Amino acid sequence: MEKDRDIQTANGNTSSDDVLRDVTGSDYKYGFVSDIDSDIIARGLNEDVVRLISEKKGEPDWLLEFRLKAFRYWQTLEMPRWAHLDIPEIDYQAISYYAAPKKKNAPKSLDEVDPQLLDTFNRLGIPLEEQKALSGMAVDAVMDSVSVKTTHREKLAELGIIFCSFSEAVKDYPDLVRKYLGKVVSYRDNFFAALNSAVFSDGSFVYIPKGVRCPMELSTYFRINASGTGQFERTLIVADDESYVSYLEGCTAPMRDENQLHAAIVEIIVEERAEVKYSTVQNWYAGDKDGKGGVYNFVTKRGLCRGDYSKLSWTQVETGSAITWKYPGCILAGEGSVGEFYSVAVTNNHQQADTGTKMIHIGKNSRSTIVSKGISAGHSQNSYRGLVSVAPDASGVRNYTQCDSLLLSGTCGAHTFPYIDVKNETAIVEHEATTSKISEDQLFYCNQRGIPTEEAVALIVNGYAKEVMNKLPMEFAVEAQKLLSITLEGSVG
Amino acid sequence: MSSIDQYISLFEHNRATIEDHSPEALNRLRPAALSALKSMGRFPGKRDEGYSKLSLEEMFAPDFGVNVARVGFAVDVARSFKCDVPNVSTLLGVVVNDMFRPTATLVKNCPEGVTVESLAKVAADDPEFVKHYLGTLSDNRDAASALNTLLVQDGVVVRIKAGVRLDKAIQIVNIFNAAGDLMSVRRLLVVVEEGASGRLLVCDHSQSADYNYLSSQVAEVFLHKGASLDYCDIEESTEKTSRISQLYVRQDDDSRLTVNGTSLTVGHTRNEFHIDIVGRHCDTELAAMAIADGDQIVDNASRIRHSAPYSRSNQLFKYLLDGRAQGAFEGLIYVAPDAVHTEAYQSDRNMLASDDARMHTAPQLEIYCDDVKCSHGAATGQLDRNALFYMQTRGVPAAEARMMLMQAFMADVIDRVAIDSLRDRLRHLVERRLAGEHASCGDCTATCQN
Repeated sequence: MEKDRDIQTANGNTSSDDVLRDVTGSDYKYGFVSDIDSDIIARGLNEDVVRLISEKKGEPDWLLEFRLKAFRYWQTLEMPRWAHLDIPEIDYQAISYYAAPKKKNAPKSLDEVDPQLLDTFNRLGIPLEEQKALSGMAVDAVMDSVSVKTTHREKLAELGIIFCSFSEAVKDYPDLVRKYLGKVVSYRDNFFAALNSAVFSDGSFVYIPKGVRCPMELSTYFRINASGTGQFERTLIVADDESYVSYLEGCTAPMRDENQLHAAIVEIIVEERAEVKYSTVQNWYAGDKDGKGGVYNFVTKRGLCRGDYSKLSWTQVETGSAITWKYPGCILAGEGSVGEFYSVAVTNNHQQADTGTKMIHIGKNSRSTIVSKGISAGHSQNSYRGLVSVAPDASGVRNYTQCDSLLLSGTCGAHTFPYIDVKNETAIVEHEATTSKISEDQLFYCNQRGIPTEEAVALIVNGYAKEVMNKLPMEFAVEAQKLLSITLEGSVG
Repeated sequence: MSSIDQYISLFEHNRATIEDHSPEALNRLRPAALSALKSMGRFPGKRDEGYSKLSLEEMFAPDFGVNVARVGFAVDVARSFKCDVPNVSTLLGVVVNDMFRPTATLVKNCPEGVTVESLAKVAADDPEFVKHYLGTLSDNRDAASALNTLLVQDGVVVRIKAGVRLDKAIQIVNIFNAAGDLMSVRRLLVVVEEGASGRLLVCDHSQSADYNYLSSQVAEVFLHKGASLDYCDIEESTEKTSRISQLYVRQDDDSRLTVNGTSLTVGHTRNEFHIDIVGRHCDTELAAMAIADGDQIVDNASRIRHSAPYSRSNQLFKYLLDGRAQGAFEGLIYVAPDAVHTEAYQSDRNMLASDDARMHTAPQLEIYCDDVKCSHGAATGQLDRNALFYMQTRGVPAAEARMMLMQAFMADVIDRVAIDSLRDRLRHLVERRLAGEHASCGDCTATCQN
């Protein structure tokens, strides 16, 4: 069998397996730790901890009540085991649920932000210094449990757009937050949603008023820095009638031997004829080559297309995390509403990913498109899990799903678990999935044209992921492509 | 009391009677099945993965009678052939409820090297043979399979010895005939030895539409090196009949299998196809179709497991659902780490013809090997309006055009049936079924006995 895999390359005798091993074995570049003075509460989780978090953030009583209800419900739950994941036992009492970079006072301007913090985000390539931000992107930077700095706020405020950290939103716009919090992802949704609802620390809040087209990309950058902590952020985006916003999310964490937990919630509400584009480049630390360490990424993301002809588009590039459990979904309640999901999930070494989407068609003539590309290498396991459901009254629904898997080693796994539930006769729902490896014909053809095997592999993988990469906003596409190179291509990129 | 407990208690009360009537080869399997069922506590319900439309807990809940005492029921022979295949000469055996009755033609015509007999008789003649195979594929981790093992008292054995190529099809007709609600527990053991080949047709019928019947069927099929089997299964009973049928197959090197499942009239049905490909260069074709209306529920589950290199499998499932019918399909292709050069394909196509029909589909791929070609596709929709319109512009009335399109939709499943005359018969049955007539072919004159 081994013999079949050997390929003579244009520039020497390298087997394609060697090349793949080489290109799939590069290092994590965001694994540094910043030495920042942090305020960390003691490990453990009980009602007092929930109250302490709420107190530290100076929250109103209704929010504390919300947290406590969620916490009490969470205590009745068991961790879900249905995913195609091998999740080691997690000791929820061994995690600190609140860690914040120490600050004297809230920074009024950039000059007051801890230079160490600025440096951290600069090293990550996140421009917090507005004068230098040529990309025209507004950034909310979240370090551990709190938001560090949100840029371009004033400019956005002129248009009536609210873009701030979740904590600030609770203080400044309590009515809006109260109106929408937990409306799409209830604290009773699942185990991790309940946990997040009890202990969430910060996150971003976005409100786009009626008829406003957000002039720049909004972006949140999440960074876990402190050790022994988890990150539990919450993002809430509301797009009022006929508005538009493109939102980006990026995440990194230092390299540590311990596993860190990230359990976030993203809720999006899209009103009539509004459009939200949500893009994620997830690059949490994935653990080392032997599967030691890495972030457990258990995230609940869901959008409600409440208004007629509303549109929500999820684009995700998943390259990091030791374990990913994530199903961004769309509830297509409005007539003619549109849901999209474009995903590239790359797993390498001992990573595990069980990710996909849910498209819940309730509105008449609602449409959805799902394109999922899985790339598995090393000893990793990569699963697509998706649901397309059509309610009895949702006539004229159209769905198209395509999920492809590419296997780059003989020891990894690629799996597909779609669920299709149709309760209306006029629906047209299609699903297609394929699994294959890079064919030797393709490699041979490239070699024959003078392209070395290394480059050919990179070329084919990039081509394979292109359909999804094209959906990313310009600024992110560049980063995502680089990331794909780092994760898979090593020196080849 | 959960429905599993009522059967455990039934077994415990009648253990002596059941074991008296059964060969040792069956009795030795019971303790493991009993302890498995006790530890499960209940049958899977709608909240369990893979049972979204059909709850076994509800299916087994009514207090069905079980023919513990092995009372023989009379069978109306003329009616038992109502759905027989004309113009095809078959070796016919009849199973009334759960008791096997070979026909005179079967006894007379059964060629050398071919056994079609009751399990009890084969177990008495050759206990080692039965012990070697029976219960090695069925799975006690599955509640329905374990229940079958717990309660079964007899079954049918089909054995084709090495090198025998059997041209005549073997036909087993399962008939329900009882004056009361009844659960029958059926077992089938098929062994096709090295280089042998055969064709097997299994049909289900109920002679009375007045009573509720439930059948629990487990078939274990062994295909040795180079063996070949065409297996057809037709469900054509009544809306008051429910069944759970579990087919377990093991395929050795170079073996070839085609399975055709046809669900026409039945109340609630669950068909499981567990095919374990342990040999190299095997070929497997699995095709099934369901036409359902009223309150019918048709649930098909396939599990194809490729454990060896260079094998190929292909699956096609088609559903046509009308009325308040519900359909479910769960299909898994599993490719083990060393099964290189596997080719595995799966396709599921469903048509909903009414507002209240429901379809749930979960095609799944689980692949642990890179050098494979695997794909699955699933689609749920309705008749193509453009095609309907086109036919109407050509003068075909709407009703007829719909009928033609539906027949065309089912054609590629029927085309895969290996027995020529059965193909024609199925086309006819499907046509009648689509026309809204009960598909039982009362006009069949049972010309097959020659």
